[in-house]
Amino acid sequence: MRLITTNKLTVQHGRQTALHSVDFHIDSKEIVTVVGPNGSGKSTLMRTLVGAIDDYAGSIERKARLSIGYVPQKLDIDRNLPLTVERFLRLPHRYSRAEIDASLAQVNGADLRDKQMIALSGGQFRRALLARAILGRPELLILDEPTTGLDQSGSANFYKLIEEVRHAMGCAVLMVSHELHVVMAASDRVICLNGHVCCHGTPEVVANAPQYQALFGTGSMGALALYRHEHDHSHDHPHIHGAECDAKCDGTS
Amino acid sequence: MFDDFLVRAIFAGIGAGLGAGPLGCFIVWRRMAYFGDATAHAAILGVALSLGFGVSIFIGTLGVAIAMAMILVRFEGRGLAMDTLLGVFAHGGLAVGLVVASFNSDLRLDLSAYLFGDILAVGRVDLLVIWGGSLLVIGLLCWRWNALLMSTLNVDLAASAGARPRLEKQILTLCLAVVVAVSIKILGALLIGAMLIIPAAAARPMARSPEVMALLAAVIGAGASLLGLYGAHQFDTPAGPSIVCAALGFVVASSVMARITRG
Repeated sequence: MRLITTNKLTVQHGRQTALHSVDFHIDSKEIVTVVGPNGSGKSTLMRTLVGAIDDYAGSIERKARLSIGYVPQKLDIDRNLPLTVERFLRLPHRYSRAEIDASLAQVNGADLRDKQMIALSGGQFRRALLARAILGRPELLILDEPTTGLDQSGSANFYKLIEEVRHAMGCAVLMVSHELHVVMAASDRVICLNGHVCCHGTPEVVANAPQYQALFGTGSMGALALYRHEHDHSHDHPHIHGAECDAKCDGTS
Repeated sequence: MFDDFLVRAIFAGIGAGLGAGPLGCFIVWRRMAYFGDATAHAAILGVALSLGFGVSIFIGTLGVAIAMAMILVRFEGRGLAMDTLLGVFAHGGLAVGLVVASFNSDLRLDLSAYLFGDILAVGRVDLLVIWGGSLLVIGLLCWRWNALLMSTLNVDLAASAGARPRLEKQILTLCLAVVVAVSIKILGALLIGAMLIIPAAAARPMARSPEVMALLAAVIGAGASLLGLYGAHQFDTPAGPSIVCAALGFVVASSVMARITRG
């Protein structure tokens, strides 16, 4: 089932065009990853989809009563704001103690409930954000660079956690990631963004697209090959074959 | 009961403190301390204009405070960094206000009352305005509490949860203008900022939740007014600065207490 469809979505930041005529869609239970260089409009796309940017051209169609769990790229909490993890999870909707505990347990953070948000380590903080996003069992999780501020092993663990959570909840996942090997390994579809959609399709198709290689080089091919070599036989995600690549995209605009 | 100027002063101080404390928490959490100062300093321009045009000082300062806050919001994120911009407006607003005030010979004589406040001159109508304003602010904060808190944490997260961060910001701006307009008689343009920031700072070490911090800030704001007035009466010191000094005392006390209880 289609959760979100955008049609010619265009967003201006002042005089700059952050997103230009983006056609995008995500279906239930799908994992879609958005890659692209800095300033390519990845966060803008996420923020527009969650409803944080309402000044756009084009259209966004959401499934009726679509519930979205969102993890922003950055969350600065002022040191002067006393806030326990439990209270944070209850913002702004009321959830019972049991629901809070279940959500924290899901992200391996059962011990975090009574801690102050500003006292959490980077990994704990990201887990608290994820726990809040999955409260209310959303149909779609939108994660904007969910491992920001984590080191390599912390980040690998976190992606594993996301995978577990998705498996347990059966939700769709849309995420922005810089970690190409993760993207290539775990995604059903990859969208390569550079202000507009450069190319999109299965990880293989995108990795082979000249537009993608112009942006990222061919270095990530190795990671993909390795992954496919190990996991080809057990891959159970439905694949959407045949990416459409924008012929006008030269990867530098 | 309100015949005595000292009684009026006490109730005025308590009323202003109760409203300024919780609002001050948001000012602190959102790192808007300078924003509060800029709005408060501009109020002196409001006083000058009110006296010039013969409208009530409350209306004049409220209008100028709202205008100032709106100008600041418009300039936000363009060109200058926010703290620089606020510095420009905070000091610029004060200077322009003082220059405009100098054209009015009555105000020239009475300027220090509006810079540092004159709580002992609070009349019955002032008292009504102060309590009305403070209750309005408290009411707005209670009503919008979760949405305000959410928008303070992160605007994108708030928007994704169905809140309207822009509206919440306007509500806070309105609250700030109201607090400035009702407090100028009590604390003056220069010290209003103190009653926003200091009670919140004193409440912080004792609070583990935003609600407790706001409540404590209200109590400390009111308490500082009482204590400051008492001190001013005892030692014949100026009332406004004495209130701020009492609030400072709370900061020291709460920091020491937090240190002791933490071991």
